[in-house]
Amino acid sequence: MVLQLEQVSKTYVGHSTAVHAVSDVSIELGAGDFVAVQGPSGCGKSTVLLMAGGLLQPDSGNVLIGGTNPYGLPPDARASFRSISIGFVFQQFHLVPYLNVLENVLSPGLAGTNSPEHVRQRAEHLIEHFRLAHRQDHLPGELSSGERQRTALARALLNSPQLLLADEPTGNLDRENTDAVLGYLKEFAESGGTVLLVTHDDRAVPFAKRTVHLRDGRTTNHMNPGFSAASG
Amino acid sequence: MSVWRLVIREIRHRRLNFLMGLLSVAAAVASVVGAQTLLTADRIITSQLLSTKEAEVEKSVAEKQAAVQQAGKELQDVIRKQMLGLGFNVLILPESQSLSEIHLDGSMSATMPEEYVDRLASSKIVTVNHLLPSVTKRIHWEEHNRDVVIVGTRGEVPIQHRGMKKPLLDEVAAGKIVVGHEIHQQMNLMEGDTVQLRGRDFTVSKLHAERGSVDDVTVWINLAEAQELLGMQNLINAILALECDCSGDRISQIRAEISAILPGTQVVERYSQALTRAESRAKAKSSAQQALKAAEQSGAEQLALERKTRRDLEHRHAGFAGLLVPLIILGSIMTIGLLALVNSRQRSQEIGVLRAIGLSARQLMLIFLLKSATIGILGGLAGVSIGLMVGQSLGSAESDGSTWNELFASGDLPVLILITPLFALVLSGLASWIPAFLAARQDPAVVLQKE
Repeated sequence: MVLQLEQVSKTYVGHSTAVHAVSDVSIELGAGDFVAVQGPSGCGKSTVLLMAGGLLQPDSGNVLIGGTNPYGLPPDARASFRSISIGFVFQQFHLVPYLNVLENVLSPGLAGTNSPEHVRQRAEHLIEHFRLAHRQDHLPGELSSGERQRTALARALLNSPQLLLADEPTGNLDRENTDAVLGYLKEFAESGGTVLLVTHDDRAVPFAKRTVHLRDGRTTNHMNPGFSAASG
Repeated sequence: MSVWRLVIREIRHRRLNFLMGLLSVAAAVASVVGAQTLLTADRIITSQLLSTKEAEVEKSVAEKQAAVQQAGKELQDVIRKQMLGLGFNVLILPESQSLSEIHLDGSMSATMPEEYVDRLASSKIVTVNHLLPSVTKRIHWEEHNRDVVIVGTRGEVPIQHRGMKKPLLDEVAAGKIVVGHEIHQQMNLMEGDTVQLRGRDFTVSKLHAERGSVDDVTVWINLAEAQELLGMQNLINAILALECDCSGDRISQIRAEISAILPGTQVVERYSQALTRAESRAKAKSSAQQALKAAEQSGAEQLALERKTRRDLEHRHAGFAGLLVPLIILGSIMTIGLLALVNSRQRSQEIGVLRAIGLSARQLMLIFLLKSATIGILGGLAGVSIGLMVGQSLGSAESDGSTWNELFASGDLPVLILITPLFALVLSGLASWIPAFLAARQDPAVVLQKE
């Protein structure tokens, strides 16, 4: 298994209240899996994604990525593990505003173990692949939303991670760009990668192999009957 | 892509934040370097001013010395001419008096009647102004076992056909004694002491300064007392005629005039003219020395005043710097810290993303500290330059100023210039450390959940 969430739970404790964001959620993703987690706002989708990404330790349950529990690692080792094993894509793109497209794509290389030449070749390949070559010297502020998200995707894939975690990646995109981004995610899964997509956008469902519904922090799994190669 | 490139890009992106940090460091460093430069310039200028002042005083004293010497020569010349105008002093002696006895023994054995002086005074003589009858004898002073010349004098006898003139010499009063230099030195006498002479007590009324003549071994007493002690009642040895109106070859006229009135006498010139001249010169020399001493004292006082003024100024500058510099440094630390904190807050999302894509806390701290190091080094260099220029120009405003060579040769300043950029680096690093630490510890999940 590439990703295993075993009965993970998370409760946010405020000054006077406690919010049970996720309760006993279990998800397993193997190589080539593309799973969409759907649910209404506040149902705990993003919390699941952060726990799966080694960014938010669950109160209970286990997270295993490629058989490794990231929370069992020291902080710097966990950061390094994350850099090598996981790629992130966010709704707000979270590109570094003062780095151009090429530099943003290269930025995960700071934490990786590959040689600078290899990292640069990989970045140029991804920029070409995501049709950003003509924009590689531009700052994020000079890009369209679709270009920004494609840049974010290229950055997420720089270190050739096993697992790609996407949090509402199409939330700020038009139809055309949504299809393009979802197509890239599907392509990544088909090439042997694993995608966990958190979204409330129904347009993502046909691209995913499986959809997990999350309601009040709990899951109901089912295969996506509409999933087919033609959907991508 | 390197961490350093990331830092440079961020600096270019947030120029204002960077410039503010740079200015804060530059202000702190400039205040330290400027204060030290100013204080060093103060010391150099003080040294220069005092050297100049000392040279001026030395020159002034030398000029005054030369002027006083020149004035002394001119005064001597004037006195010499005046002395010519004053005329001669002559001694009227019995014709039988041997001059050899006077010069060799300081004594006179020949006598003439005391009434000679009254005769001369009542005559129509015109060439003589003052008359002093005297007895002069070389005796052995039993009480002190030494030889002395004793002179008895009754003071001036007024010439009757003229008005009373101010006497040139005072009479020695009865019971008083005037003592020559060698005698009072050897006997350790003071004015007011009592000495015995031939069984009679005399009070010392005056002690003569050294004259380099027989006067140094002479004592003067009242004429009547001398005549009594020496058994010379109504007899005198000589009449001293002072201020004779007989310059140049008129000495022959006075001889003729006196011999006509006092037959059996001889007239000889006395040395008093040279003595008076020497005394006048000594007096002139003494006055000149006093003037020189006053000039030197005045110069020393000016120098002391200058030193005090400079010392006060240096203390004022040091006090001002001692107050201002720590305040500026404190303000700079606070500003840099605040800027770093604002910067880390502005970058919280970016930091969260960098953490999410795998950068370690150490790498994030390195990003912040590299930026603060850049601010520290550049701000330090700018501060050193500004401080040097401001300190030197402020120091120069008070005088001709100090050259850069002099400033750098002064010891402390080059060391300070080498140290202050390091100080700036530490200052900037310290101020940025806590914000950098907080940024590195930031939980990426919290940031990413805010979207």
